Amino acid sequence: MAGTAVLGRVTWRSAAVIGLHDETATARTIALAVRDWPGHIAGQHVDVRLTAADGYSAVRSYSIASAPSSDGRIELTVERLPSGEVSPYLTQQVMIGDDLELRGPIGGWFVWRRDQTEPIQLVAGGSGIVPLMAMVRSRASAGSIAPFRLLYSVREPETVFYRDELRALSNQGDSVVITYAYTRVTPKDWPRPAGRIDAELIASGTWPSNLRPSSYVCGPTSFVEHTTGLLIAAGHDREKIRTERFGATGERK
Amino acid sequence: MAIISRGFAGRRSAADAKLPPGQYLTTDFPVLSAGPTPHISLDRWEFTIDDGNNVLKRWDWKSFRELPTETITVDLHCVTRWSKLDTAWEGVSLDVLLADIKTDLPYGMFRSYGDYTTNLPLKDVMNKQAWIAFKYNGADLEPEHGGPTRLLVPHLYLWKSAKWVKGLSLMPQDKPGFWESLGYHIYGDPWLEQRYSGE
Repeated sequence: MAGTAVLGRVTWRSAAVIGLHDETATARTIALAVRDWPGHIAGQHVDVRLTAADGYSAVRSYSIASAPSSDGRIELTVERLPSGEVSPYLTQQVMIGDDLELRGPIGGWFVWRRDQTEPIQLVAGGSGIVPLMAMVRSRASAGSIAPFRLLYSVREPETVFYRDELRALSNQGDSVVITYAYTRVTPKDWPRPAGRIDAELIASGTWPSNLRPSSYVCGPTSFVEHTTGLLIAAGHDREKIRTERFGATGERK
Repeated sequence: MAIISRGFAGRRSAADAKLPPGQYLTTDFPVLSAGPTPHISLDRWEFTIDDGNNVLKRWDWKSFRELPTETITVDLHCVTRWSKLDTAWEGVSLDVLLADIKTDLPYGMFRSYGDYTTNLPLKDVMNKQAWIAFKYNGADLEPEHGGPTRLLVPHLYLWKSAKWVKGLSLMPQDKPGFWESLGYHIYGDPWLEQRYSGE
């Protein structure tokens, strides 16, 4: 029984690039049609392999941004790292019609399943929004009414991913409540000065701990250390907090 | 047969020759953990070895630090594909910790503060292959890197080097730990590229 799932996960599959969309000046969403895609759970990632003409190859992991679906299509959002090996190619060179190779889905811990009904607190730092967006989209496509809140920290307004879609989602009934935190530059007339998330913002922008939410925190290591510390100080159980971190060189996301 | 990525050249370096397949070199020290970093005070810290029924050995911080230590310089290979070369650690060898224990049990489950676990064949942690490390680069090990103590098993992928380690349970049969239950390889040899279960 586990055998099929295991083989499915480690097999390299061809994936045709069927759409490209720039989220910000440095991040691009790549839509892929994956041959024999087995499906995924929100929060999982894939390995992407690029191969040069002489056979040299490089592999990096990227979180899936799209909701689970049965049509074999997934979306990845890739942030370009200036000194990266794979992300510059994926954000600047790849074209619609190209074939990439990928395998997955990978990861069974940092996931939100559609049968979860408890309140969910998402906390994103920068491109850490990607797997959390898959959860938000999964909730919407499943018609789930699990109460979701998202606290999304960005450097400045221009670095927000999925801006229009998040605005639309937060304006619906049964909505996802979204709080933005701007660390360097705020929008005009923003009530709070630029700065990193603090205890006050945790108190106003996240579920109170007595609701016992499950929390998913994703972002750079320092962001995850800082915000999980604030959540624990606010009374959240550490057992209810799942994290995914990326270091300065980490291309996972 | 791999698909050639149009226009992809890649970035290679001479150091890649020293790396296991599919790894790239980094000089900083990324962190990967499944949950919040636990902060353990040394007066609460302990390390125990049990056989599933009885505690066979127990150390508090004072008795642990009275044990002979070694300094080791090793390469680290993370399953997320970064490798870091020549990292310097100080720790107590598992040979020292297991010296007085007579056992036929061939496997071990390492247990951590924060409920992380990872499984290893006992032969992989003996004969100068594994340490309970408490210093990195000459300084006390930072909590985010596993302090006060982490297991160091450098010949396997780094998830086996459990952070915040607090004990070892000896087992008659191999059993998956935390990541091993979530799709990662039961053994994790980077030179055989054993990343995921089924490889």
